[in-house]
Amino acid sequence: MGQPGSAYSLEKPEEALEAHTISVLVDNEPGVLARVIGLFSGRGYNIESLTVSETEHEAHLSRITVVTTGTPMVIEQIKHQLDRLVPVHSVIDLTVAGETIERELALVKVAGVGEKRVEALRLAEAFRAQVIDASLEHFVFQITGRQSKIEQFVVLMAPLGLIEVCRTGVAAIGRGPERM
Amino acid sequence: MSANENGSAQMTGAQIVLQALSDQGVDHIFGYPGGAVLPIYDELFQQDQVEHVLVRHEQGAVHAAEGYARSTGKVGVVLVTSGPGATNAVTGLTDALMDSIPVVCITGQVPTHLIGNDAFQECDTVGITRPCTKHNYLVKDVDQLAEVLHEAFYVARSGRPGPVVVDIPKDIQFMTGSYKGVSNSQHKSYVPPQQGDQAAIEAAVDLMINAKKPLFYTGGGVINAGPAASESLRELVRMSGYPITSTLMGLGSYPASDKQWLGMLGMHGTFEANNAMHDCDVMICIGARFDDRITGRLDAFSPESKKIHVDVDPSSINKNVHVDVPIVGDCAFVIDQLIEAWKAKNPSLDKTAHARWWDQIDTWRDRKCLHYRKKSDVIMPQYAIERLFALTRDHDTYITTEVGQHQMWAAQFFHFDEPNRWMTSGGLGTMGYGIPAAVGVQMAHRDSLVIDIAGEASVLMTMQEISTAVQYDLPIKIFILNNEYMGMVRQWQELLHGGRYSHSYSEALPDFVKLAEAYRAVGIRAEKPAELDDAILEMIKTPKPVIFDCVVDKQANCFPMIPSGEAHNNMLLGDDVTGDDIEKAITEEGKVMV
Ligand SMILES: Cc1ncc(C[n+]2csc(CCOP(=O)(O)OP(=O)(O)O)c2C)c(N)n1
Ligand SMILES: [Mg+2]
Repeated sequence: MGQPGSAYSLEKPEEALEAHTISVLVDNEPGVLARVIGLFSGRGYNIESLTVSETEHEAHLSRITVVTTGTPMVIEQIKHQLDRLVPVHSVIDLTVAGETIERELALVKVAGVGEKRVEALRLAEAFRAQVIDASLEHFVFQITGRQSKIEQFVVLMAPLGLIEVCRTGVAAIGRGPERM
Repeated sequence: MSANENGSAQMTGAQIVLQALSDQGVDHIFGYPGGAVLPIYDELFQQDQVEHVLVRHEQGAVHAAEGYARSTGKVGVVLVTSGPGATNAVTGLTDALMDSIPVVCITGQVPTHLIGNDAFQECDTVGITRPCTKHNYLVKDVDQLAEVLHEAFYVARSGRPGPVVVDIPKDIQFMTGSYKGVSNSQHKSYVPPQQGDQAAIEAAVDLMINAKKPLFYTGGGVINAGPAASESLRELVRMSGYPITSTLMGLGSYPASDKQWLGMLGMHGTFEANNAMHDCDVMICIGARFDDRITGRLDAFSPESKKIHVDVDPSSINKNVHVDVPIVGDCAFVIDQLIEAWKAKNPSLDKTAHARWWDQIDTWRDRKCLHYRKKSDVIMPQYAIERLFALTRDHDTYITTEVGQHQMWAAQFFHFDEPNRWMTSGGLGTMGYGIPAAVGVQMAHRDSLVIDIAGEASVLMTMQEISTAVQYDLPIKIFILNNEYMGMVRQWQELLHGGRYSHSYSEALPDFVKLAEAYRAVGIRAEKPAELDDAILEMIKTPKPVIFDCVVDKQANCFPMIPSGEAHNNMLLGDDVTGDDIEKAITEEGKVMV
């Protein structure tokens, strides 16, 4: 394994970057998200996507799902640094933990009339997006799926009158009956 | 105070603070009052279990707590007010974080209903201190205060120690709530490791017993793990017969007077330690973190060695340097496990290889890398430290330092045989650390000799703490190597910036002897080598705080030195350095590094 970047390695690290989806179970207390985000910004790690919500109300536990990129050594660091935070209960790298399911939800607003409007609706059906708001000149679609599917849908909507997009970020869970 | 139905005592928030401190065994706290902590100060006034030391600046309070903590192994405690009190503490907190020092810092906060209103002396203390503490809390419910305080002590001292802030709004200090005592139940999420994984221990010992050119590289983690860990380290190292070096932070865990000791390693470490690091085939790193001051150029760092790394903090492992055998655990446990595994294997070592390795080390030692030229009319700074060491040997001595050349000379020429005797700002490199740290050390060790080895520039950053020393009859000695320069800055400007000494001359210095007198301390000056010994002896026997102005050579540089961006086997040595060598040694890329 090569060395990571530091004040003393003169060459830029040439290791390939990997994307990892990391699930972090934390106490749902004030400031916990700031701790996680501050860790990423303070140490120069990337956040590609971040999703947070309380998932166990009685225990006041939240699950943070973060998609990040880095060299294998940096990914190792990220996990250890997260695990070191006092309110963190567990850190699971879903990318290596086994088969996982990753989903994202997006709301996509498209405006237009005539042929473009018909085409947008046709594509939405093909992608199994739902119409959740509409007028004679616009639709709001709700689409769920893998990130790549959403990317693709948004790209297709661009020439058809795309107005804006809101995405939730990735939620991820391991396959099978076990708990993380 | 009264007890409610379920037996837990009812008290005000301020009383809870004092009760928790006393239940945590705290006998000294370092603080500075202000509006947002007045209820706590009022409680302090009405008790005599916890002694409060009034500092002169909140940075000093944290450094004093650090000195206290490092010299005793206990948690250092700080109490400051909101706003400027908290922001002044930030440097100290960062220092404690970088050097893994257990500190609990209680800050006052504006009342809860004013938080976020830009109230007088409000600042976002938890926001500001989040990246410079191990953990922090804002307490908004008086019934949780006791638990939070106990947890703060637990977090500060457990695993890799560090500073913890507890921010308490003023209304919470007045409110009545229930007190809970110290609980022994396991923390819900923060449970640091103790024992190392047995398979990793076995793998490490296999590497160790088969090594031909082994080396122990130890750090502050061994000291943090308590005196027993240093004892165990001695046993392991002696049992093996292997050479040992240590970081700046680890000095004292292995006795410097021992024949297996190679001196400190790193940027200003010894020739023998750094060359041994470069050439070893098995490196046993215990409680150190492969910091950039230690490794030098990473791609040339100890290229041939298999590396074992013991650390209580898994995020320190494989951070800068790839390690072959990581062992996550508390040094105090892991070293004993290594000893046991070693004994169980009853190994027959490769004596010939080890003899050859020691021969090699001896040739490096013969290079006498710490040699310097004495002068008859000027005190060389190295000589001053040598004399200070010689004349204090029979005393029960603790050393603190400031930051700069004097700090490195102290590390090179003052030798420590015991842990917890050496307090220096390693990770952050905070000028101004030494005086307040000495105050904290002396508070814990009233009858010991506590000396701050200082530079004339650094001491001016927290000089006012001499006033604290005078107030509490703390006879600390501030031993200033006065070279009239920010010497370390001057040295880098000489080596890297063509001798253009931009703003590194200590212009308009005070007369330190008179300054001492102004503070009602004692001032002593030595200007010639011939008068040095007597002056030091006078300092030692003075039962009051002393500022010792040791006027030293102004141009002396600190060697050996691994120039930035260079490998361990490419050191600059003191006596033969010419301008030409320096130019060749420091590359353009090296210059961008710190
Ligand atoms: C608070 C702070 N500011 C700046 C520095 C950068 N710095 C490192 S050493 C040094 C000079 C220290 O001078 P002095 O105390 O006289 O010590 P000397 O090197 O002369 O022994 C400076 C400015 C620092 N380490 N800390
Ligand atoms: Mg100086």
